[in-house]
Amino acid sequence: MKVQRWSRTSKLFTGGTSVVALALASVPLIFDPDVVQKLTNLLILVILAAMWNALAGYGGLVSVGQQAFIGIGAYGTVFFAGLGVSPYVAMLLAMALAGAVSVPISLFALRLRAAQFAIGMWVIAEVISILVRLDKNLGAGTGISLIQMNQYAPNFRQAYTFWMALGFAVLFLAALFFLLRSPLGASLQAIRDDEDAARSLGVRVASRKRLLFVLAGFGCGAAGVLIVANTLFIEPGSVFSVQWSAYMIFMVLVGGLGTFEGPILGAILLFAIQTTFTQGGPWYLVGLGATAALFALVLPRGLWGAIEERLGLRLMPVGYQVVSQKTRTEKKAQAST
Amino acid sequence: MTLVNAIVQGIFLGAFYAVLACGLSIMFGVMRIINLAHGDVAVLGAYLAFVVVERTGASAFVAFGVALPVMLLLGYLLQVTVLERSLKAGILTPLLATFGLSIVIQNLLLIAFSPDVRSLGGSAGAFTTASWHVTGELSISALGVLVLVVAVVVFGALQLFLSYTRAGWAMRATAEDPDAAELVGIDSRSVYARATAIAVAIASLGGLFLGIRSVFDPASGPTQLIFAFEAVVIGGMGSLWGTLLGGIALGLAQTLGAQLHPQFSVLAGHLLFLAVLIARFGGGRMTLRVAR
Amino acid sequence: MTLLTVDELDCRYGLLQAVRGVSFDIAQGEIVALIGANGAGKTTLLRAIAGAHRPHSGRVTFDGADVTRLPAHRRVSLGIALVPEGRRLFPSLTVEENLRVAAVGKRRGRWNVQAVLDAFPLLQARRKMPAANLSGGEQQAVAIGRALMSNPRLLLLDEVSLGLAPVVVDAVYRSLANVISEGATVLLVEQDLTRALRVAGRVICMLEGRVVLEGAAQSLDRNRVIDAYFGLRRPAVGGAPA
Repeated sequence: MKVQRWSRTSKLFTGGTSVVALALASVPLIFDPDVVQKLTNLLILVILAAMWNALAGYGGLVSVGQQAFIGIGAYGTVFFAGLGVSPYVAMLLAMALAGAVSVPISLFALRLRAAQFAIGMWVIAEVISILVRLDKNLGAGTGISLIQMNQYAPNFRQAYTFWMALGFAVLFLAALFFLLRSPLGASLQAIRDDEDAARSLGVRVASRKRLLFVLAGFGCGAAGVLIVANTLFIEPGSVFSVQWSAYMIFMVLVGGLGTFEGPILGAILLFAIQTTFTQGGPWYLVGLGATAALFALVLPRGLWGAIEERLGLRLMPVGYQVVSQKTRTEKKAQAST
Repeated sequence: MTLVNAIVQGIFLGAFYAVLACGLSIMFGVMRIINLAHGDVAVLGAYLAFVVVERTGASAFVAFGVALPVMLLLGYLLQVTVLERSLKAGILTPLLATFGLSIVIQNLLLIAFSPDVRSLGGSAGAFTTASWHVTGELSISALGVLVLVVAVVVFGALQLFLSYTRAGWAMRATAEDPDAAELVGIDSRSVYARATAIAVAIASLGGLFLGIRSVFDPASGPTQLIFAFEAVVIGGMGSLWGTLLGGIALGLAQTLGAQLHPQFSVLAGHLLFLAVLIARFGGGRMTLRVAR
Repeated sequence: MTLLTVDELDCRYGLLQAVRGVSFDIAQGEIVALIGANGAGKTTLLRAIAGAHRPHSGRVTFDGADVTRLPAHRRVSLGIALVPEGRRLFPSLTVEENLRVAAVGKRRGRWNVQAVLDAFPLLQARRKMPAANLSGGEQQAVAIGRALMSNPRLLLLDEVSLGLAPVVVDAVYRSLANVISEGATVLLVEQDLTRALRVAGRVICMLEGRVVLEGAAQSLDRNRVIDAYFGLRRPAVGGAPA
């Protein structure tokens, strides 16, 4: 018997993802700016899903207020660009701002229990939204454009934004990946399974949760940055909207709460649904809400969780597997009987 | 005098928030569930009354009387279909399921009624506009007094129910120890269903008042939820009268905040809420230790 | 006449088997003591009979009817009442409210609030006090009274002596004796062997989820009981160790 991390499947798959990532990098060179913009949206969804899963799936923190950081990322970009900083540098600064803001918030938010944390985060998002609305320099309630992007030709702009999105997606997924494979990761899974038991074993639950919270702050900030880079115009009502939380909850619940691959699957699903039902509209949202509720009640581990259980499949090597190890002579003996 | 006026308005506003919050407080007290669809349920109640008013031309209050039994039934169904299952699952499940439900209700309302804002003010008769002008700067609206009186009556009736009726004791018993309650013959399922039905009915009363004092549209739910939740938290989760006081505190914060700057009202309420949370749960190393 | 039949009952907590293949009968009017060390499965067994724990397999038959899948509150109307381990009163309800909230169902009988207060006179003065403010002995009295309010045919008592001073336990058992002398059928769990053997007509001993000894209290050799309790096997007299 031995305990292994990399099975053949996961080796193949991880190699495969690296290839996929490289292939994706060539997208702007092949496709029209429209398509590139849509795929940028997909990458934004992937980041958001991964981050919400990091909070809820690995930290047990259900937040209905991550749009706070999306908004900080978006408006931060506009703010820094307005100071004369080059747009793409402004984006990095805005992401850093979102992450930085998440630290003081975490000091008190993480002390709240389940429902209070969920709605508390929502209120914080509302507060930040109101504060932004009061600032005329940021366009007040009517919104503002990232006009500094006009210095780039549309093709290049779209391409740079796409590559930035790809870079962020790879960065945050890789960060999660290595986090989960580290001893930190094992303690995170322990916290998710049974917080009190984990605490009694000496796992420093509070600091682990803070790490996830701040990571999600950076990640959702990055998503906000990408949103304004992709659409060029933002307003408080849309970028601070609780709708983003609805999307994140849908993606993660349907894709697979607490799995690594699940959120990505959920993001792809949501993207597919969004592109099919371009009229959008209320019926499609009814469907989203009902599906999310249904999954919460009936299939809590989501589609990927169900697939994992059925097939025993692990594509990404974030867990451990116990494998029996027969010696060569034993295998030969078995084969000849 | 404007300060006195602000305080009076704050109390009236707070009574409205208390009615909105009452149902949320009941569900939390009995089942430890925070229903994220609570605001949307209140708005649904307002729409139901609106439909009755449109069809029959009756007054808003009569319309509410018709809508009330429907809402009671809906509350019962909500418990039996969605909430019961989520009670048995983890702590996160009720939050996620009710959040999904909230989206469903909002969008079904949008489909049925379009995004136009509606109001019940037109059919509430004299209540919508009548007021006593005590002085040049202080006026007391009939609607404000009505809501305050109703709030006190509702909370009082609930208190009487919980203190003096067997069904009320059964509800308190189930809230404190559902397992032991079952062992003495109390059907916890029907206690929970009763609690949810009452909570939904009172929420729709809040919806009625929302429609009379202001306007509503399919997306109004989340705002009402936030105010209701803030009222419950400020007053102390699990305390019935605390929710009434919390609502009034929230109303006062908002009207007094508006005195500073018109756009500060909602923000002031949020800040009070956050301040209460920080005071109760501390801010990390910065918590002051009070020596006993 | 057989009142309760337990048939190959198997109760689990996830993967942990707490009750394994337990079978026994209780006739009307019998007083049966269930004894055994901690973790033997006694509480789980009582809860399964009362309906608070769903068995994995096996059957519980009460007065001829199969009640295995019946929820606890329905069994109360049939006449099964459990006084749970640790009293489990409703803390904010007064003594009287705790009693009256349990008077559900249509079962007729001699038990009502006044009858309970007569049986446990120490409660008379505490009638309007919230249960949380009572002493351990008073709480135990209320817990027993609360179970009696449904006029049960089968009374299940789980460790009524737990956490109480011996003097108080004596008082509780004295009051219980009055109840019992009126012909109730009782299945009680009791850690104190002497008390159990004194009160009961029949004794069932459990170890690790199984019944390891059963018999009339009078006829059982005390040493045999102790051996069964701890799972010991003593050598036969004069012989080599087993």
